[in-house]
Amino acid sequence: MRKAYGFIVLGVVLLLVGSYVGLFVAPAEEYMGQVQRIMYVHVPTAWNWMLAVLFAFGSSIAFLFTANTKWDARQEAGLEVATLFAFLLCCQGSIWAKPTWGVWWDWDPRLTSVAVLLFAFLGILALRQFVDDPQRRAVWSAVATIIASVDLPIVYYSVKWWNSLHQQQSNPNTVSSQFHLPLRVNAFGVLFLMIGFIMLRTRLANYRLAREMAMPPVVSADQAGELA
Amino acid sequence: MMLAAALRKEILLQWRTRSQMMAVFVFGAASLLLFSFAVGPNAEMLRTFSAGFLWLGLLLSSTLTLSESFHSEMENRALEGLLLLPSDPRALYYGKAIANWLQLTILGCALVPVMVVLYDAGTTQLLKLLLIILLGTAGLSAPGTLYAAMTAQVRAKQTLLPLLLFPLIVPALLASVKATSLVILGDPMQQSRSWIALLGAFDLIYWSLCGLLYGRVVEE
Repeated sequence: MRKAYGFIVLGVVLLLVGSYVGLFVAPAEEYMGQVQRIMYVHVPTAWNWMLAVLFAFGSSIAFLFTANTKWDARQEAGLEVATLFAFLLCCQGSIWAKPTWGVWWDWDPRLTSVAVLLFAFLGILALRQFVDDPQRRAVWSAVATIIASVDLPIVYYSVKWWNSLHQQQSNPNTVSSQFHLPLRVNAFGVLFLMIGFIMLRTRLANYRLAREMAMPPVVSADQAGELA
Repeated sequence: MMLAAALRKEILLQWRTRSQMMAVFVFGAASLLLFSFAVGPNAEMLRTFSAGFLWLGLLLSSTLTLSESFHSEMENRALEGLLLLPSDPRALYYGKAIANWLQLTILGCALVPVMVVLYDAGTTQLLKLLLIILLGTAGLSAPGTLYAAMTAQVRAKQTLLPLLLFPLIVPALLASVKATSLVILGDPMQQSRSWIALLGAFDLIYWSLCGLLYGRVVEE
């Protein structure tokens, strides 16, 4: 518990420092101007979103092999954090796209893949809500997560063929060194925030599972009448 | 052997409930009619969008046939009975997936004349169109059958199935629409081959992956 909060506090501090440097110290980009500064949160979110998807995917496979409910709790946490990050990515991307490309939305492969996976994960989270049996819920959502994650590269490449206009992917080698520091600091900030979120959410899922498992067997109305 | 028996059972069931198939066809045709009102009476535009409308109509209809496909297994816990048979549950899956695939292919072929009449979107490359419909509906049916096996057993199945299926089949939909559209509107750059290849790859991945995972979905 302490560790999770420690990660979150560390993440927030790093994000504050990184964003301060990104907003006030680093120079404005030559062509895009001030708008480019959203990159300091957008790119770290994108990297960590991929990590969260990988985490959910890995936990699903681990659950199917081990049948250990701990992996189900981790998978639920990964799914939710990945959904949150995907939503943030869509919002940040739109905010950046409007002044740069003049439109809120563009059918770029990365943007579209994130949106498709956002909806796929929302569907799996909805499925989890509707299945009462914990064992079944765990298996089904693991299966659905594997199927949805495998779809990600296919969506990416098919949309890439279909249409493309996004700018080259950013990594420390493609951006000038003046932009390195805030980008790196923020990447770790978002990473620690994500780890903290996943840890807290896993804990919550474990509590819920324990409560569900401990629930007394359901007694139907006429059985209850017989007992009385 | 088991696969043949499972397939025979599915086809027999579908044949005996063919009135439902007819109703789904009417649903699909009606949605094609409705799409044209979304565009307006612009013949050129309708023709341009015809492939997209055909596949959207087929996709919407498919959620009806797929969610119904586990109906009989849910009655009297028949699915448990089937799983007690000394056989691989994968045979049950592939039997149902192939039956759903056939059903969707027939539906797709039946919707083509409706599209031709409504949108003036004729083509002479009928064999190629059939191939695209076969591959596209295979892409719908493999994950659709797996998800139907899950959602048939829960509340709110009518909502959950499209929620899970629609994001997943984006690549298959994209490739089918693109390939069909090239067949209808002409394909000077020979691009349709790569879209058909993409569809084939999607089918290959999901027909094997879903078969692998089905055993886990229905286990008790």
